[in-house]
Amino acid sequence: MTELEEPQRLPIADDKDVVRVRQAVRVIALAAKLPLVDQTKLVTAASELARNTLIHGGGGHALVGQVHNGRRAGVRAEFVDTGPGIADLDLAFTDGYTTGSGLGLGLSGSRRLVDEFEIVTAAGEGTRITVTKWAR
Amino acid sequence: MKVDAEARQRLSAFLVTHEEPIVRQWTEIAARTLRGRLTNTELTRQVRDVFGALQAVLGADSDGEIAGAESGESRGALAELSRAWARQGFTPSETAGLVFTVKEVVLGLTESGQAELPTTDFLLLSLVVDDMGLFTFETYTKTRESVIADQTEQLLELSTPVVKLWDGVVAVPLVGTLDSARAQVVMEKLLQTLVDTGSAFAIVDITGVPAVDTQVAQHILKTVVAARLMGAECIISGIRPQIAQTVVALGIEFGDIVTKSNLADALLHALRASGVEVVRRASRDKAF
Amino acid sequence: MDRVPVLKIGEILLVSIQIDLDDQTALQLQEDLSDRIVETGAHGVVIDISALEIVDSFIGRMLSTIAAVSRVLDAETVVVGMRPAVAITLVELGLSLNGVRTALNVDKALEILAEAKQVRGVGVLTVRGSDDVPL
Repeated sequence: MTELEEPQRLPIADDKDVVRVRQAVRVIALAAKLPLVDQTKLVTAASELARNTLIHGGGGHALVGQVHNGRRAGVRAEFVDTGPGIADLDLAFTDGYTTGSGLGLGLSGSRRLVDEFEIVTAAGEGTRITVTKWAR
Repeated sequence: MKVDAEARQRLSAFLVTHEEPIVRQWTEIAARTLRGRLTNTELTRQVRDVFGALQAVLGADSDGEIAGAESGESRGALAELSRAWARQGFTPSETAGLVFTVKEVVLGLTESGQAELPTTDFLLLSLVVDDMGLFTFETYTKTRESVIADQTEQLLELSTPVVKLWDGVVAVPLVGTLDSARAQVVMEKLLQTLVDTGSAFAIVDITGVPAVDTQVAQHILKTVVAARLMGAECIISGIRPQIAQTVVALGIEFGDIVTKSNLADALLHALRASGVEVVRRASRDKAF
Repeated sequence: MDRVPVLKIGEILLVSIQIDLDDQTALQLQEDLSDRIVETGAHGVVIDISALEIVDSFIGRMLSTIAAVSRVLDAETVVVGMRPAVAITLVELGLSLNGVRTALNVDKALEILAEAKQVRGVGVLTVRGSDDVPL
């Protein structure tokens, strides 16, 4: 697995932090020369996941930075919380399933927006979600 | 790969002593496979370049490693050569083989008693040459990849015109096989044109598309939905019978998307929907 | 807290979102708009999102809610200026903005609202004269 280069650590404790994560991801996506549509997809996914961290995970932090795989550049974002974790992953990835007040598209939708999606979670042990988008 | 300095010097001296016969035979052997594609002069020059690179790797300051920082110069020369070979259309084995040939030549020289080289030194030569061959091959592959990437990009740019049919109606006539990447480019370009021209109607004409697969059909459907989100209507025209059958067989739902059998019908639909009535003027000649 | 201004032009309310919305600001806008519709008796709402670089599920839900609430208050909502990249992303995300009318730009939105007004016959009161022959 490729390493996150010069990661930025951003706290996720309130609404404004979600906006800050979005903006940080966009700056890095621009630097990695992601095409506009891919930038938009990644920033949208980051917004969904940061909100998940805030609402379901009770807050946490994000690590964002560039990655390289051979000649290809990419952007990676990790969302980490120490909340209740997710007991039933299959259910959580069902379109429309929600425990909060949202539309239930956060997890399933953001997985469709990125190239790589990795989730590590267990009930009571928090959640870590890592997403990557590669330049074309 | 660290190599004993003494052995390197011995090998280097050996090469200097026998430079003429080595280069001559190397060129002869290489010419057998590459006949006709390079002139003899050209080939001799290139073999000399490879020979030079080999000597540079074995040179006094180097650690005998082709990818090492010390051998920057020899690496540059080799890279240049393999790029040239890739662009001239050499096969991968021809490219690597051209470098490996030197082993055959040296072996021939020692066996016929024209030169003398200890076995350990020959193994060392073999190691260095293998390294060079691998490097050549790697550069060759990279060059091929970039050539393909360039061509793909050019093709995408060439093949996606968006034309204005009427005030507020634009069309994309798609010709040729649609792959996922091209469908995506078309989709983005079409949507951007809607914004730039303020057109509320877009026609995607697929008369010139021989076949669609699930992914491409999905891309077209997504374009239609995206256009709606932006406040524009997308019409698909020119669906061939085979494609219609594929779409149904694949179980793709076209839902309430407007489809027309040809571009003219699609244009008429767009005009009517935007409030334009098309009327054939009654011929005045008949009044006489 | 940031607040998105709501402008009244004739019988129409115009909202142009020029900032990166956080969730609180979005909810505030939702509230402000319904207050203003009732206050002004507006029959149409135009929301310009051309400056938005992303629309995620939260903002998408805000747009749907605004459209639904204003319909209850007898006003039509039109969302205008969605960027192509945003539209493509929304489709991939699986968000269809059901019940939300969209237009390419403000001009087109005003046309849609004028048409809707005609259909509903708002402000048109016909008194039949005695000479009129009933059909």
